[in-house]
Amino acid sequence: MLAKPLWYHFFADTLVFSFRLIAQRQLSVLPNVLSTSMMNPAGEQARRIAQLTNYFFIAASFVLLVVTVLTVLFLYKFRAKAGDAEPKQIKRNVKVELVMVGVPLAMVVFFFFLTVKTMRAVLPQHHDRAPDVIVTGHQWWWEVQYPLANVTTANEVHLPVGKPVLVELKSADVIHDWWVPELGNKMDMIPDRENFLWITVHEAGYYQGACSEFCGTQHAWMRIQVYADSDTDFNNFITSHQPVAQTPTSPLAQTGERIFNTMTCGDCHRINGTAANGDDAPDLTHFASRRTMLTGMLPNDARHVHQFLANPQAVKSGVHMPNFALDDTSQNALVAYLTQLK
Amino acid sequence: MESLLHVPEPAEPLPSATTRRGLLEWISSVDHKQVGIMYQWVALLFFLAGGALALMMRVQLSVANNRFLSPEVYNQFFTMHGTVMIFFVLMPALIGAGVYLVPLMIGANEMAYPRLNALSMWLTLFGGLLLFFSFLTGGAPDAGWFNYAPLTEEVYTGSGINYYCMGLLIAGIGSVAAGLNFVVTILKMRVPDMSLKRMPLFVWMMLITAFLILGALPSLNAALSMLLLDRLLHAMFFVNTHGSPLLWQHLFWLFGHPEVYILILPAFGIFSEVFPVFSRKPIFGYSFVVASGIAIALLAYGVWMHHMFAAGLGNTVNAFFSASSLLIGVPTGVKIFNWLGTMYGGSIRLRMPMLFAVAFLIEFTIGGLTGIMFAIVPIDWQVTDSYVVVAHLHYVFVGGSLFGVFAGLFYWFPKMSGKMLDEKLGRVFFWLFVIGFNLTFLIQHWLGMIGMPRRVYTYLDFPHYTLFNMISTVGAFLMAASVFVLLWNIFKSIRSGEVAPPDPWDANTLEWYTDSPPSLKNFERVPPVTSDRPLYDFKHSHQPDDAT
Repeated sequence: MLAKPLWYHFFADTLVFSFRLIAQRQLSVLPNVLSTSMMNPAGEQARRIAQLTNYFFIAASFVLLVVTVLTVLFLYKFRAKAGDAEPKQIKRNVKVELVMVGVPLAMVVFFFFLTVKTMRAVLPQHHDRAPDVIVTGHQWWWEVQYPLANVTTANEVHLPVGKPVLVELKSADVIHDWWVPELGNKMDMIPDRENFLWITVHEAGYYQGACSEFCGTQHAWMRIQVYADSDTDFNNFITSHQPVAQTPTSPLAQTGERIFNTMTCGDCHRINGTAANGDDAPDLTHFASRRTMLTGMLPNDARHVHQFLANPQAVKSGVHMPNFALDDTSQNALVAYLTQLK
Repeated sequence: MESLLHVPEPAEPLPSATTRRGLLEWISSVDHKQVGIMYQWVALLFFLAGGALALMMRVQLSVANNRFLSPEVYNQFFTMHGTVMIFFVLMPALIGAGVYLVPLMIGANEMAYPRLNALSMWLTLFGGLLLFFSFLTGGAPDAGWFNYAPLTEEVYTGSGINYYCMGLLIAGIGSVAAGLNFVVTILKMRVPDMSLKRMPLFVWMMLITAFLILGALPSLNAALSMLLLDRLLHAMFFVNTHGSPLLWQHLFWLFGHPEVYILILPAFGIFSEVFPVFSRKPIFGYSFVVASGIAIALLAYGVWMHHMFAAGLGNTVNAFFSASSLLIGVPTGVKIFNWLGTMYGGSIRLRMPMLFAVAFLIEFTIGGLTGIMFAIVPIDWQVTDSYVVVAHLHYVFVGGSLFGVFAGLFYWFPKMSGKMLDEKLGRVFFWLFVIGFNLTFLIQHWLGMIGMPRRVYTYLDFPHYTLFNMISTVGAFLMAASVFVLLWNIFKSIRSGEVAPPDPWDANTLEWYTDSPPSLKNFERVPPVTSDRPLYDFKHSHQPDDAT
């Protein structure tokens, strides 16, 4: 038996080992990697795009394989040897050249057909239907409105499962972009333009996305969080967000409310039921019901609210929130007020 | 003619290891060979600067929630990295190659406008220096290399954007002048027998590139001037209340997409010289290579809106630009098979230029195929502005344009310096660079598909984000290490490399007929041009190459 070189064993063993892992489903990497992927669609639009992407990958892999195989084959077969005579000086071959043009052209036509078909299915006209949700991009947070229910919130988007939802996308300052890979296509948010997209979520759950158009210093911390709710959960969300803010009961929280109203907080933030009616910063009416703060940057709890109030720039550099240089007691009071805004 | 301005020109043979010449002579030179070489030094200077920026970005991104760079600094670095690599590395390297080679390949002894030629080079250098000067004035530009309005308006960004506008405007004027110079040189200064059908393919590609520059750069220059007026005089071209932020995108990409072909066609030209020489065969389908180059250039002006598929402009307009962008894949694919056809049946010498050419075939095919992804509107809607774009554009700009620059460097270095580059060091450089490059960018396709947007200074610790980013960072350091091997190779070869004969590669075109390095006049006499391979015909004059 011929002795095989070491590299042969190395590659052969690796190959066999990987196949065994995949066969035994021990390769835990694969499902995990796909968990937030556009190839793991959870909505109708994302599904259609993933399907088209799969077709494309098959065609692209074929082309790459042909080019790679030919390159390696020619390199192997036509390597110069000592004393080679001059090769035959072929200049052209009309038949080969026609195939070179014809095959790519056919593939292009095929994919153009699929492009138009999928594009029309993913983004059909909305014919002046009123949007179910309006999301407005701000530097660096999302304003979320449900115009039919008269609800406004921020950063966490709740969508009902199983029906096509029309989302209107706007911007209050620079260009932002909506992207939740598992739920479908991106859409830019451009000042003074009203863009829209359709989202039909198939499975209830929590989906992560991010602003995908560079929008300044904190573009990285402009995460999108979507909660796809069953009908009852969605109705609960709407009804719990319709009333005005809770009035504080504890003395500390009442002090907090006073501080909130005497400082200029209300010029930028809105808390329904109080004098605070600003629209330049996140709506805080039901702030404590949100799971994260600072647009997906930190968990929403007393400690982090405290940290942020003490020095906003140290927590999220560039953020438009001013440092009010509050003393510790005022901070505690404010934290107590904000964390009870369920 | 005493009153005429005296133009200093080198009186001795061109620089080589045996001549020692002063800096002043280089600075005052209008010789196309010296200007061409200075273009390469400019490109190398900015390549090292842009590469250092990229390395620091990769360090910042190596683990989740890293605090190595602040967001402000990171945003300046990625903006500068992109801007510098495109405008001050690839453009000067490729235009400079053209400035050095075009006159030699067409049997001329100068560019048509030598002073304008030098002016173009110096404008490029000073534009780049002005851009970097912004670091000392309170911050470099920080809105990305395509600088979208209204983020670039005074309300949102600092003075760095002014330097972006002025630096690129200065360099842009230089590029337009260079384009004009190429067109006139190529159309008017060829040796009498060299009809357009007998022009070397590199010259053809430079001619097409020159027309692209003349058509595309004015759009950028206009947009930059308008943005400067916005910022300094409150003109409001790109402000949404009075103007339109989308106008910037149209003007920028009307330049920006042809720009991609300005950076790739000269590389195509380089490879179209390398493949035949190192396969010892004529190019397969000369007229197809030329025609597909022209087709790419024409289509280039009609595809810009595929950068704006996610801007919500409607399915009808998206379908049009999808079709035109898909079509551009046809002439590009044709070229790949032209080069493969050239290798077929040849006698392939796998020297350094050919090594880069072969690697290019595969890397560029990957970049080209992911390019098609962005022409298919629904897929583009998912992957645009994600790390898939970062991966794609590096496969095109590095695997395409930069591999072209490297192939050209190893191919023509003997002509420029009179010394051969070291083959062994070259191979170390090649493998380090190719492995590092694929390690850095291949994984980014997956990063993008699992949801990582581009241009973020940090990221959440999602499953595998840190792992993938760390792999990418390791690859970047391999590439950095390879660059030092290249620098050492250049330094060592200039000092003590093997002396290059006039025609070390047994090549086909006229520049190999003259000395290495060429004399000031380039040629005493030129062999008759009977095909696109005049030197081949000359060497085989007993069996003339009669196009059968």
